[in-house]
Amino acid sequence: MSKKDLVMEVKDFSFTYAGVDKPSLNKINLPIEKNKITAMIGPSGCGKSTLLRAMNRIHDLYTGNRYEGEINLYKEDDSIQNILKLKKENDFIQLRQEVGMIFPKPTPFPMSIFDNVAYGLKLSGLKDKAEIEHRVETALKGASIWNETKDRLKKSALGLSGGQQQRICIARAVALKPRVLLFDEPTSALDPISTGAIEELISELKKELSIVIVTHNMQQASRLSDSTAFMYLGDLIEYDKTDTIFLNPSEKLTEDYITGRFG
Amino acid sequence: MNRLLLNKLILILSTLSAVIGISFLFWILITLSYKGISALSFSIFTHDLVEGGIRNLLVGQFTMAILASLIAVPIGMMAGIYLREYGHGTKLASIIRNLSDVMMSAPSIVIGVFVFALFVAPFGGYNGWAGVIALAIMMIPIIISTTDNMLALVPQELREAGMALGGSKHKIVLQIVVRAAKVGITTGILLSFARIIGETAPLLFTSANNQFFSMDLTEQFPSLTVSIYNLATYPDESSRDLAWSAAFVLTVIVLCINLLGRFVIRNKK
Repeated sequence: MSKKDLVMEVKDFSFTYAGVDKPSLNKINLPIEKNKITAMIGPSGCGKSTLLRAMNRIHDLYTGNRYEGEINLYKEDDSIQNILKLKKENDFIQLRQEVGMIFPKPTPFPMSIFDNVAYGLKLSGLKDKAEIEHRVETALKGASIWNETKDRLKKSALGLSGGQQQRICIARAVALKPRVLLFDEPTSALDPISTGAIEELISELKKELSIVIVTHNMQQASRLSDSTAFMYLGDLIEYDKTDTIFLNPSEKLTEDYITGRFG
Repeated sequence: MNRLLLNKLILILSTLSAVIGISFLFWILITLSYKGISALSFSIFTHDLVEGGIRNLLVGQFTMAILASLIAVPIGMMAGIYLREYGHGTKLASIIRNLSDVMMSAPSIVIGVFVFALFVAPFGGYNGWAGVIALAIMMIPIIISTTDNMLALVPQELREAGMALGGSKHKIVLQIVVRAAKVGITTGILLSFARIIGETAPLLFTSANNQFFSMDLTEQFPSLTVSIYNLATYPDESSRDLAWSAAFVLTVIVLCINLLGRFVIRNKK
């Protein structure tokens, strides 16, 4: 795998939460491939969400967390940016426009559907009304929720169902045209039908961007992802093509987890 | 059987307590309505106190309460936003929060005395501004606490989601978090307004009272509550009747504002 195929790379990354001595992640190494879906699986508390949340520095909402190592973002112009070096608010804003995030529970803002999707665009400084309208429509279509919402764009997004809200959140993130989208258990609060819709959407999205998804659901990881990382107690135990991880893992621990012997 | 008996006993006791509590409330309301309405006439709304009406008093009371809100709402909201969004977890924030809670339960007469010493005595006499300041001081801690508590109810994920879209902190706070808490904060403001509109003690020796129509806040300022206090102690029947109707009008106003507060909540939910 050459560097050309990567969009991000985690190198010897350790993470310690504020007020704790023991690191929650120990020297993680993980490549994130371009236009592929990378899944992170593992039992609760293994650090998969912690790792995901480091990848767009959302941890920095809270003070006192400690980072070590590197998380490199391979930019479109072939330059490399170690995102752990960022310090200024403007740099974080730039990063989060490139690396978006979807949360476990849908997080619609208390505003209309249209304004929800346009919000990130407005934050990024886009002012041209026609352009905003065009991008919102494209994003809603991209998140396959245009047909359900086109007649009620001015209505509050809080009136939608959970699955619809989550697709609005995805549309909102996609509207910014990020290069990477991080999904933190995006279907854990949804019913099976909404889950199916979101999964379909995620596989569709990988044509446009690279995806990292944290999931508790092993079937989901095996259905969706191209590569899978198995984590346990803050260590990355094994990373490989999803087929290999699920059919022929090289680590005993991975096999035990996949076959449901623990976790 | 013992368990059922105990259950019945507690049911009877708690029902009885509720009845006692509520009956006092109704007693007050019924007496107030009876005495207030019988003395009520349309002419008291068109005449000033000097002619036996309450027009200048209503205007005066509202003027002071609205001006106090104009001071207290921005300060209280900004302080509440600081406590929850910026200073949360810091020592300074917890000191301010505790002080504000203490202020909220400070006897209103103490606030009156404080304002008297600072804004009445040095300026040579009672004045409307002193009343406004006293009411604002009463209102600020209530608004701080409501804002703080309502912002605390906004799920953390909403802040993270705003941040993940590339928002700066102040934009997320103002455009998303405060907006999500809008209903609660509005209700808090309405309720605190209802609270200060009925206050007497902070006005008693700050703005005092004025029999005539006045909009000059550097002079003694007409006040409905202070007038009720004064009128009720006068020996003549007509003054006491006016006190009853003024008290009734005040109660209706406070009740309406409280109902409006509830209406805002229900309409949003």
